[in-house]
Order: sequence, then structure tokens, then C-alpha cells
Amino acid sequence: MKGSAIPTKPSPVGGRRRWLTALGPAARVGALGLALFVVAALLAPWLATSDPLEIRLEEQLRPPSVDHPLGQDGNGADILSRLLFGARISLSIGLTVVLISAFIGITVGLISGYYGGPLDSLLMRFVDILLAFPGLLLAIALVAVLGPALSNVVLALAALGWVGFARLVRGQVMVLKERPFVLAAQTSGASDGRILLLHVLPHVLSPVLVQATFGIAGVVLAESSLGFLGLGAPPGTPSWGAMLSEGRDVLFIAPHVSIFPGLAILLLVLALNFVGDGLRDHLDPRRQGLGGTS
Amino acid sequence: MVIFILRRLGQLLPVLLGVVTLVFLLLHFIPGDPVDLMLGEQAMATDRQALRSALGLDQPLWKQYGRYLSGLVRGDLGLSVHSQRSVSAEIWSRFPASFELMVGGLVVALGLALPLGTAAALRPRSWIDGGAMAVSFLGVSIPNFWLGPLLILAFAVHLDWLPVSGRGTWQHLVLPAITLGTAMAAMLSRLVRASLLDALGDDYVRTARAKGLTASRVVLGHALPNALIPVVTVVGLQIGGLLSGAIITEAVFAWPGIGSLLLDGIQSRDYPLVQGCVLVVALIYVLVNLLTDILYAWLDPRVRLA
Repeated sequence: MKGSAIPTKPSPVGGRRRWLTALGPAARVGALGLALFVVAALLAPWLATSDPLEIRLEEQLRPPSVDHPLGQDGNGADILSRLLFGARISLSIGLTVVLISAFIGITVGLISGYYGGPLDSLLMRFVDILLAFPGLLLAIALVAVLGPALSNVVLALAALGWVGFARLVRGQVMVLKERPFVLAAQTSGASDGRILLLHVLPHVLSPVLVQATFGIAGVVLAESSLGFLGLGAPPGTPSWGAMLSEGRDVLFIAPHVSIFPGLAILLLVLALNFVGDGLRDHLDPRRQGLGGTS
Repeated sequence: MVIFILRRLGQLLPVLLGVVTLVFLLLHFIPGDPVDLMLGEQAMATDRQALRSALGLDQPLWKQYGRYLSGLVRGDLGLSVHSQRSVSAEIWSRFPASFELMVGGLVVALGLALPLGTAAALRPRSWIDGGAMAVSFLGVSIPNFWLGPLLILAFAVHLDWLPVSGRGTWQHLVLPAITLGTAMAAMLSRLVRASLLDALGDDYVRTARAKGLTASRVVLGHALPNALIPVVTVVGLQIGGLLSGAIITEAVFAWPGIGSLLLDGIQSRDYPLVQGCVLVVALIYVLVNLLTDILYAWLDPRVRLA
């Protein structure tokens, strides 16, 4: 596609049927796993065998049994049911944070990359400042001062998440704006907004999609980490992180309380990483055959 | 080289100022009155007033900021609300433990990644490659707040080989270091593999082979040193992951480092302590990145001119 005639309708991901088969076996397994998690989250109220908030203290910390395949937690609630509802929390937080981050990041990246100059320098210095806080540190600090609540977790993670998208999009735009089709649009008198939205944006969507997939995995991990540290959902919420945090105190007497939420997080993150890797290999021909386990 | 370092330092100053400002502002992001939160609702009015003026909260924002900056220059991070000790002394006393854990994590990461990545690159698309990359995929996705407890259950509880938590002997370090280093090992092994595969296709490797060097000398003496240059940068960048992962690892193993101190501060709403810990960890990260850039420029002269 490079340097070719003006592509009016770029197709960043190719035909639908083709790319599912072209994804490679690992990514297909990942996509299947991801689909299972999504279905589990959507159908949680029907799949769950009991109320995730149920309190049955006389049955607390029971190991896995026929009625409760993954055992019961400190309140005697069914861990499988809590995991199913937890999938809703994890996936919706992952999606929300990534959508907000991508929206802010794409906007900043488009403006910064297209206009350059002092505005770009200013925005990028701000990005540098945020990147000076390693990993979860700033999110931990923000939730610590704002107070432990899921809305604050979303806020803190989105406040950091947009940076990756902004840098990615900015880099792409700086290359794209010198390409003939953008120059042609400029010469024909199209407005900046029109050029950015109709000509530049479609070309950055496929790397953004890859980044978003990894981003959701990162947010799921981050949310659970914060929850584990007691900085996520309030105790009792069936969030995977909060479940792990509860399990920490009873690790030696009831390891199943920690093991299953952790396994759920691992599997979801693994599925997302497989899909992300497959998408990246597929969308970037230079990388084909390099990464992946296939 | 000197010019490169000076230029890098110049770029660093605005970032440092921004970091300091953001950490300063943290206290002001608190919804409500921070003094109420720190002392609780039942505190006496005189105590509240004392804390308010000790933190300088009764002064205008710009004066507080000036006070914060001038304190920082002298290495003064304020007083911990609970222990009444200086925050910098508290952090300094935890520094050796954190450093030990970081080095441990780094050793585990490199100790796993170099052999795994090299083995995978030497036999691309073989079962060794597939196995190594599967392990690395697992390592990237496994949360350290889960790996830690699993390791404790297996090696401390069931097998009883290693202590459950705390710091002291080298045995205490083993499980935390593995917990901390695994994610980085997984990421690095993929990078070592890709980078070495690239290097093995280069002309100088063909020359080395053609002049009859043994396979091991070609790889260890020629290809690997060049392949490791990008690894250096990524190790530097990933120190951030280690610093952040260390907070969770310290929580899992009750390791008395800066991460635990930060979490204690959050638990007891000791905001000066929280600010101090966040600032110090960010500064360490910025410094490590600077050193990485310099090291990279020294290893690869092309970078200096860019």
C-alpha cells in the first residue's frame, strides 16, 4: 500500500474471513479463550449457580466440592459464581479504560504529530513526565489519594493509559503527513479536521487495534494488582483483584481462595496477549514468522 | 560523548521539575481535607491546626510549592505524620532491602532470558524454540501477585525448603527474586531471540563462520555481544517494571523495602511518606534511564550522532 494511489477506503484488517484463518493457531486459541470469557461475563447471572454476594459463614473457606466446584471463600460464597461476575468487572474496566485512553491518546497523537512545533513539544514533555513514573506507581498513588473505588481505578489507569496511544499515533502521523495522499488532500483544500479524520486516522487504526488488545490485558493485570494491594474495589465486591486480596490472608489454610482468581486472570491475560500477538504479526508483514509460538 | 550527556541532562530538567510538581500536587488531589483524613474525625482541633501548619497547608499554594522545592534541594522530604521521623531517613533505611530485591530480580531475569533466548534463536522453529517461547508467553502473562503465593505454597509450605517471608539470609531472597524477575525474564528472552536471529543473519557472522571459527565462538564471541546492545536499552526501560513489580512482590513476601513503606503509608494515610516514596522511586527510574541512554550511546556510537 506504500506510496500507491490515493486509497479512499483503506481496509486495515483485510477481509474478515481471511484474517481469522490467517491469525495463526496461537491467536485462534486466544480468540476462542477470549470469546469464552466474554460469554461467561455476559451470561454470568444465568451461569452462576448461586448469589456471588451470598454470606454463609458456617460454610466459609470450604475446599472445592460437587456443589461448589471451585470451593467457597471467607464468607462462604461460591467462588465460581464470584469469578463469573468478576469477569464482568475485569472486562468492562479493561474496555472502559482502553476506550477512554485510546480516545484521548488518538486525539493528542493526531494533533501533536500533524501540527508539530511548540504544541507538540509541550504535549510530549507532559508525556515524558507521566512516563517518568514506572508502571503502576502513579496509579497506586492516584488511587491512594482519591480513595479505593472502581471509578477511581478507571480514572487512574486512563490517566496513564492514553500516553502509549498518543506516542504510537504521533509517530505514525509524522510519517503519514508526508505521504502523497495527504499532500494531495491538502492541495485540494481539505480542512485539517477532514484530513485528520478521513485520511490519516484510518491508517493508524490497525496499530491502535493491536495496542488496544495488549492494553486491555495490561488493564486487567493492573486492576487486579491494585485490588490485590487493597486499592481497587471495596472488600466484598466480586472483582478478581479483591478476591486475591482476601485470599492472601487465608493462603495457608485455604489456598483455593487465591488460586482460582489468579488462574482466571492468567488465562484472560494470556488469551488477550495471544490475540494481540497474532494481530500484530498479521498486520505488520515485516514481523511475520518472527514472533509467536507457531 | 560529553555533549551527548549534557544534552540528555538538559532534556531531563523539565521532566524532573514536572515529576516533582506532580508529586507535590498529589496531596491536593485528595477529595476533602487531608488533615481530617490523616488524623481522623475525632482529632482535637489543636492537633489538626498543628499538623496543618506543619504541612504548610495553611499557606497559599505557591508558598507551599516553594517550601516543598527548597526542602527537596536540601534532601528534606518532610516528616512522617505517624512516626514523626524524617521521610528521607525512613526511605533511606529501606533502601538496602529494595536494592537487594532489585538485583535479585535482575539476576533471575538475565539468568533465565539469556540461555532461553539464545537456545531458541539457535534452533528457530524447533521444539526448543517453541518451548522457550511458550514459557516466555506464560511468564509475561502470569501476575506476580499470584506467582508469589504459588511459590510460597510450593517451596515454603509443602517442600519446606525456603522461608515463607521476611528478609535475612540468602534463602529469604530466592522466592521474591524469582517472583519479581519472571515477567522481565519472559520479555527479555523474546527480545534476545529476535535480536540474536537478526545478528546471525549479518555479514560479519558469515565471515566469522567462513574463516572456520567454531559454532560456539561465532555465537558467543561475535553474534551475541552485538545482539545484546538493544537488550541493554530494554533492560533499562524494564527497570521501571521491576520497580513497580517490587511494590507487589514486597507486599507478597513482607519484604521490608520502599514498596512496603509506600503501602504502609497508604494504609495509615501518611501522605508525606507516600509522596516521598513515590518521588524517590520515580527519581530512581529517571536516573536509571539516563544511565541506560549513556551506556547505550557508549556501546553503539551511532546513537550519539542521532
